[in-house]
Amino acid sequence: MLTILFDGIAYGMLLFVLAVGLAVTMGLMNFINLAHGAFAMVGGYITVLLMQRAGVPFLACLPLAFLGAALLGAVLERTLYRPLYHRPHLDQVLFSIGLVFMAVAGFDYFIGSTQQIMQLPEWLKGRTEIGSGDWILGMGHYRIFIIVVCAALTVALQYILAKTRFGSRLRASVDDQRVAAGLGINVNLVFLSTFAVGSGLAGLGGALGIEVLGLDPTFPLKFMVYFLIVVAVGGTSSITGPLLAALLLGIADVAGKYYIPKLGAFIVYCLMIVILIWRPQGLFVRKGGK
Amino acid sequence: MDAQTSLLQRSRWKAWEPAIWLIGFAAPLLAAQHSLIVNEIAIVALFAMSLDLILGFTGIVSLGHAAFLGFGAYSAALFAKHINPDPTLGLLVAAATTTVLGAACSLTIMRGTDLTRLMVTLGVGLILLELANKLDWLTGGADGLQGVVMGPVLGKFEFDLQGQTAAWYSLVVTFVLFVLMRRLVNSPFGATLMAVRDNRLRAMAIGIPVSARLAVIYTIAAGVAGVAGGLLAQTTGFASLDVFAFDRSADVMLMLVIGGTGWLYGGVAGAVVFKLLQDTLSAITPQYWMFWIGLFLVILVLVGRERLLRPWTWFGKKAKQS
Amino acid sequence: MSAAQTVLSARGLVKRFGGITATNNVTLDLQKGARHALIGPNGAGKTTLINLLTGVLEPTEGSITLEGQDITRLAPHQRVRRGMVRTFQINQLFDTLTPLQTLALTVSQHQGLGARWWPSLGASKAVAERCEVLLEQFHLTDVMNQPTRVLAYGKRRLLEIAIALACEPRVLLLDEPVAGVPAGEREELLQTVAALPADVSVLLIEHDMDLVFSFARRMTVLVNGTVLTEGNPEQIANDPQVKAVYLGHGEEAHG
Repeated sequence: MLTILFDGIAYGMLLFVLAVGLAVTMGLMNFINLAHGAFAMVGGYITVLLMQRAGVPFLACLPLAFLGAALLGAVLERTLYRPLYHRPHLDQVLFSIGLVFMAVAGFDYFIGSTQQIMQLPEWLKGRTEIGSGDWILGMGHYRIFIIVVCAALTVALQYILAKTRFGSRLRASVDDQRVAAGLGINVNLVFLSTFAVGSGLAGLGGALGIEVLGLDPTFPLKFMVYFLIVVAVGGTSSITGPLLAALLLGIADVAGKYYIPKLGAFIVYCLMIVILIWRPQGLFVRKGGK
Repeated sequence: MDAQTSLLQRSRWKAWEPAIWLIGFAAPLLAAQHSLIVNEIAIVALFAMSLDLILGFTGIVSLGHAAFLGFGAYSAALFAKHINPDPTLGLLVAAATTTVLGAACSLTIMRGTDLTRLMVTLGVGLILLELANKLDWLTGGADGLQGVVMGPVLGKFEFDLQGQTAAWYSLVVTFVLFVLMRRLVNSPFGATLMAVRDNRLRAMAIGIPVSARLAVIYTIAAGVAGVAGGLLAQTTGFASLDVFAFDRSADVMLMLVIGGTGWLYGGVAGAVVFKLLQDTLSAITPQYWMFWIGLFLVILVLVGRERLLRPWTWFGKKAKQS
Repeated sequence: MSAAQTVLSARGLVKRFGGITATNNVTLDLQKGARHALIGPNGAGKTTLINLLTGVLEPTEGSITLEGQDITRLAPHQRVRRGMVRTFQINQLFDTLTPLQTLALTVSQHQGLGARWWPSLGASKAVAERCEVLLEQFHLTDVMNQPTRVLAYGKRRLLEIAIALACEPRVLLLDEPVAGVPAGEREELLQTVAALPADVSVLLIEHDMDLVFSFARRMTVLVNGTVLTEGNPEQIANDPQVKAVYLGHGEEAHG
């Protein structure tokens, strides 16, 4: 059971890193971006291609995955997303679905539709076990790695948000764009950098997730729901909300699939619907927040 | 022109309307070899119009409308296979079951933001997909429900191989429901829906019970989608999991957007254009159909939905946002 | 003349948002046939009070009574059914519908026909005639078939108020009806406000002091969510507290 918990936490932290960019951009730009998963896919494919074709070691690929996805995000934000910020949500949904379709078909065409298999470096393979009997805790080394990396990122994000000038500019822009602009904050730049970082994180998550979630061109469609669940349940007004939502989702999914395999992903969807009916603004939103 | 005449003029049948329907009904006769696609277009048009009720007229963005299509399809298929192969009865069953499902789901769309609604509708669609997948002893799982043999329509008209009976059957059902929906959207009830769409706050402030309206129209739209699903299962003889798939919901939304939301004929126009486009493009690029749809969507949104059918506005000064 | 009755009454209304108290223990009585103005500096909480009275916001504490019935827990649309209607400071209109359609649907809803799905919106002669009267009254007849979003601001403002009157309110809450209306079109609006039936009880929020003093028989002054004082226009105009807070500061009262 502890192992399930551990695996669930690892999965949840991974989901968090994947989805946090979406939560922040949704809270900031009020833009429903269903194409967020495509950036994750880009990061995953960058990693796979670099490792397989250029022999780049896994660890080095991670920052490159981040940068690649971030760069793509920055370019798309500036050119395609920005004109659409004030459009009705239906338009945004249609647009991002269009992007996903293009991305999925594009990667299918250029790389093929098979699942990508990745060779983990030796030091990340293997497993450590503590305890015995029912309370045995089996920790795959890769999952430990994921937890550590994601935890570090979470701490870094919190720090940036709370303690840096950029963070306060971001929070101001989320609270009230017009006032923030009036105070001299370059809102466009805040949007651009936030979108880029969010996409970069998705890319990093995609790279980290190859081993755990798999990677093929339908990745954005398959996992879009999970990202959206994290954002809808966790709310867009903080990053602790999505973090808790992601952990909840991760543990529920892993536990559900283990204990009641017949129902699998089913449980997660039901849980989400129940939560959203009960608290339509999200589970972890502070009262009076957006 | 006095007020009453103005109002009545909006709901009066325009001259071109009967013409469109006549063409539709004549098609299986004049182009018998295309009966199958006429059948498909009729079904898909009905599905699109049902989405228009909630999307175009009431402003509910739903990504899971295919849930009702699928539920209707499986209901009709199972009913025909295990209980009674009569088509009309099967349609009534499909309508009834899907209406109940719609009523239950309508509880979920009343509160929350656009995102919440999107999520919930998507979630319902996915749950049904999972259910259909897992309950394979009932639904045939990934292989789909095969061997659905229908009895003759109204006891007289056998389903023929060419698909003429099917086409006419679907056309009649679609037309009947269209007439009903047309009356609904032109009625005071329909006007209150548009009020809810345009300004929910003001709608409440003039005494419209918004939540009740949302529940009713969502239920109705679900029922109509269920009938479309039933038609699909009955005329093709099987039901498969992709009837619940996300791209069905996305496709129908696209159709509505092409044809125009907020007037029922948008569903018809969109269905025709989409199906024909799909046929031609599939022949050219069978595998990468998705890419072109995606590109189309992106361009559509960037250009602006209202300007799509007016190419002279594509370049130059951007038209005033309405 | 029979003794004045209270048609709308708020007792001890409090509204808190997180740390902010927008409405602080407000008590207000509206008499039948009242011409009651609610004034106060910007940010005093006037619109919040209207939102509380109409049910758009839920009070943290306090109660609201309409014609003797407690409506504190009643949903907004149900309060409208009971005869309490409001207008909005910022126009809240149905942009894709025409003024005729807007009024027709409002009148239909008010007459209990809003749930009818088979007859056309134009089927009822009574509804259509009522619309004609309203359109005439609010000088909207010439634009009755144009979509609301293309109308000039003045017309939109007239429609804003026409919609409220289409509901045949017994209690009418007007939130800054002449806000932003160009000088040339104000007269139309002011005449309409002055011509409201005598048995309709009106609560008016306004900054335009000319309008307030010519219209109101009773005034409540709201400052920082609290009722500062209440009285007839003469009392209010001469109250030193009010002058200091609102009308004074050495500036000419805005006219």
